[in-house]
Amino acid sequence: MGALTARFGAGLTGFFVLLVGFWLAGLVLAPNLMMIDFALRPNLLPADVGGPLDVYSLDNLAYLANEPVHRDIFLKTVWASALVMLATFVVCYPLAYWLAQTASPSAASLVMLALIIPFWINEVLRTLAWYILFAFRGPLNALLLNLGILDEPMRWYGDGGVLVGMVYAYILFMLFPIYNSIESLEKAQVEAARDLGASTWRIHTRIVIPHAKAGIATGCVFTFMLAAGSYVAPALLGAPGSRWFTQIIYNWFFEGGDWNRGAAYALVLLVLCLAVVLLTLRLFRVSLTDVAK
Amino acid sequence: MTSAVTLPPPATPAPTPLSARAVAAIPEILFWIYVLAFFVYLFAPLVVMSAAAFNTSRFPTVTPWLGTTTDWFAQMADDAAMWRALWTSALVALGVVAIAVPVGTAAALVLTSLHARARSVLYALMVSPLLTPGVVIGIATLVLWRQIGVGGGLLLIVLAQASFISAYVMLMVAARLQRFDRTLEEAALGLGATKLMVFRRVLLPFLKPALLAAALLATLQSVENYNTTLFVRGFETPLTVYIATKVRTGLTPAVNALALVMIAITIAGALAWEIARRLEARRGAATAGS
Amino acid sequence: MSHSVALERITMAFGATKAVDDVSFTVEPGEFFSILGPSGCGKTTILRMVAGFLAPSMGRVLIGDRDMGGLGPNQRPTAMIFQSLALFPLMPVWENIAFGLEARGVPKAERRRRAEELLELIALPGYGDRKIAELSGGQKQRVAIARALAVEPQVLLLDEPLSALDLKLRQHMRAELRAIQKRTGVTFLYITHDQSEALAMSDRVAVMSAGVLQQVAAPRTLYEDPATPFVARFVGETNAIAGRVAHVADGIAALDTAHGRLSARAGAGVEQGCPATLYVRPEALGIAAADAPSALGARVERLDFEGAFGLLHAVAADGAPVLAALPSTALGAAPAPGEDVRFAFAPRDAVALGTAPGEA
Repeated sequence: MGALTARFGAGLTGFFVLLVGFWLAGLVLAPNLMMIDFALRPNLLPADVGGPLDVYSLDNLAYLANEPVHRDIFLKTVWASALVMLATFVVCYPLAYWLAQTASPSAASLVMLALIIPFWINEVLRTLAWYILFAFRGPLNALLLNLGILDEPMRWYGDGGVLVGMVYAYILFMLFPIYNSIESLEKAQVEAARDLGASTWRIHTRIVIPHAKAGIATGCVFTFMLAAGSYVAPALLGAPGSRWFTQIIYNWFFEGGDWNRGAAYALVLLVLCLAVVLLTLRLFRVSLTDVAK
Repeated sequence: MTSAVTLPPPATPAPTPLSARAVAAIPEILFWIYVLAFFVYLFAPLVVMSAAAFNTSRFPTVTPWLGTTTDWFAQMADDAAMWRALWTSALVALGVVAIAVPVGTAAALVLTSLHARARSVLYALMVSPLLTPGVVIGIATLVLWRQIGVGGGLLLIVLAQASFISAYVMLMVAARLQRFDRTLEEAALGLGATKLMVFRRVLLPFLKPALLAAALLATLQSVENYNTTLFVRGFETPLTVYIATKVRTGLTPAVNALALVMIAITIAGALAWEIARRLEARRGAATAGS
Repeated sequence: MSHSVALERITMAFGATKAVDDVSFTVEPGEFFSILGPSGCGKTTILRMVAGFLAPSMGRVLIGDRDMGGLGPNQRPTAMIFQSLALFPLMPVWENIAFGLEARGVPKAERRRRAEELLELIALPGYGDRKIAELSGGQKQRVAIARALAVEPQVLLLDEPLSALDLKLRQHMRAELRAIQKRTGVTFLYITHDQSEALAMSDRVAVMSAGVLQQVAAPRTLYEDPATPFVARFVGETNAIAGRVAHVADGIAALDTAHGRLSARAGAGVEQGCPATLYVRPEALGIAAADAPSALGARVERLDFEGAFGLLHAVAADGAPVLAALPSTALGAAPAPGEDVRFAFAPRDAVALGTAPGEA
């Protein structure tokens, strides 16, 4: 605080602190604390609020644990998000490496531009594009039928469609952090490893991936969080059998009318994502400062 | 010397047979197939979606091609609901920029002026909205404001979006601040400037490019946001919600026409952004070299 | 107004370390005053305390006899030229120069007029609308000077402003700084680690070491009459010969050294029987006549010819290096490497200083 007033004077400092306080207290902390409060209270008629029934309990969380459909959807969301994260990593890593290490500068900048364009198009439209492509009488089935790969059209909507759509939507959240971290690897290191007889696999597992771990951690954290919190892709590309946890939450709020239970479910999602963030950072031995860049 | 190390005899250089060269090329070929597949994956959906805007088929598709038309663009332009949605999105974006740019800038300034320990705690709190799923941000905002009788609507959309878009602004401004030479502030003070004047005449002009970029990014983030908005929208229908609703209530290629227009605008924006960035980089390199 | 700047018993402590330890000196109006010392000696800290960026832990800073305590850098009648120059890159040249006037609420037309005047002074007329990035190193230097002079400071503070320039430009800027100082009559407080810069430009120089003020004197006095062993060694090249004072008479001390008895002017701390060190400049040494009563014996290692001078590097019997600068005209008689040589010097050209316990 002293450093701030010394630099900006009392007036400006007061203004800055007010803005930051409004943001962190009013827009970040208070809503989340209120959500926790909601999650721990029962859903009551307005008349009963504040009455003897209005007590804190873990009932809403217990409901999720004991309701088999919701529990299964939650668990599926967790592992499917992990699968999205893994698939995105596998899809992105070779290109990120090529861009950062072997591509000529002009080729790299052209490819970067080509990558940035879909990134700028919003998630709903990107998912809509897959919705059209995957339609039962849509272009993908038409192509595969024409090529003779399929004998009759396939139903793409469902788990597979959601996976493809999500990987597509979050590719660049994985690609750019990895690219940035591999770019800072000195080219001579790879050459030295090769010169010493290391195989391609070993070069990547011993030299490149350890160097790029902060970028990989960042990409993984964001991809997992975005996948677990996704609503568009499961809503558009899913089938009745492939419901996502966010859809259950949405239903509590706007169809089931039980905001308390919805808040409890949202809290579980939040805790899940924070746990994954902390676990990933611990696993990769990366600090938070390295992540959000 | 009793070293046990024995090196293999040096390979005699012989002309590599054609088959061996073909085998050596396999990883290379596989790699290029992968790159090709990657870009097909990246662009095929966008191309199909854009092309469908010109097909006469009532459902947006390219197979079968029933004839080329531009009627869907006219339909889109006549769709009053779409224009209302666009207007809503514009209002929201304006509000978000008005909050997130000052807040994010103040946050970056506070952060860079603090000592290391206080900084890391505050930093974690500031980036936490980026690591929170969008639906959670929307829900948390919704339940807080219901307590004081404010329901979903423009205000809540703006506040919920600003809560995480401010973090993006903070990161962009902080990145630029790292390159700021603090002796410029001392120089201005030494010449008799007040702290307010130092801020206005020295620091703010330096931050201007980052502030403009942050405002642009905030606008894009706001317009394209769906997850957070969905929960706090009340009876408002911003553009993304409008498009998603169309899928259920009757998707026609008019939506594709809208998508194509948005894609065209974003591509133009992305190109302009890239060009500006490169010009800036070149100018930076030129002045550094002089 | 008696003094332009006065430091009264200034101490600056950062934690347990004292960056500046009980320093007092005064700078007279219109003086070109330098603080000279190696990096880390506390000179920058002193400058920043005078400018108001730092507040001393103890002591006072006075400017024009007014106590500066509690006044920020923007309230002091000083202007600073930074090592990096710190020109505002986003403002054109004239706005840089007029920035201090802008801070004082001078109307724009007047600011512009003053900026043009100052551009004349620094011989850059017509450069007002240029960008800073378009200027050469020397031009930036001059703009920085003009920007500082524009606010008509009582004292101009200069923090090694020439260190970023190449040698030729640096020598040119020395003359120019000196000329600007004479023309404007502003007090210059200049800090540098480059002794030739300090000696060439200054009216007086303060030498500092490890936060302690060693000596304040005119450049020639520093060179010829160093008050402390640090000054003797730091300012210019010197040969140091350790010994013990045999006797002192008429201001001349006789020392018993490894080279026998040598005489020099008696400086601080020289008393009979005390350990002392004799300092003699390379140019004070000459080749001794064969029958000279006392001389420095050494073996020649090499001769570096430098034009007007030849530098004769030799090693004494005890391994101490001996450096002599012989005029080119005398080089014909100089011994070849490997040969023994005896150097002689006039006692008035050497100085003996008491060796404090623990010092070599």
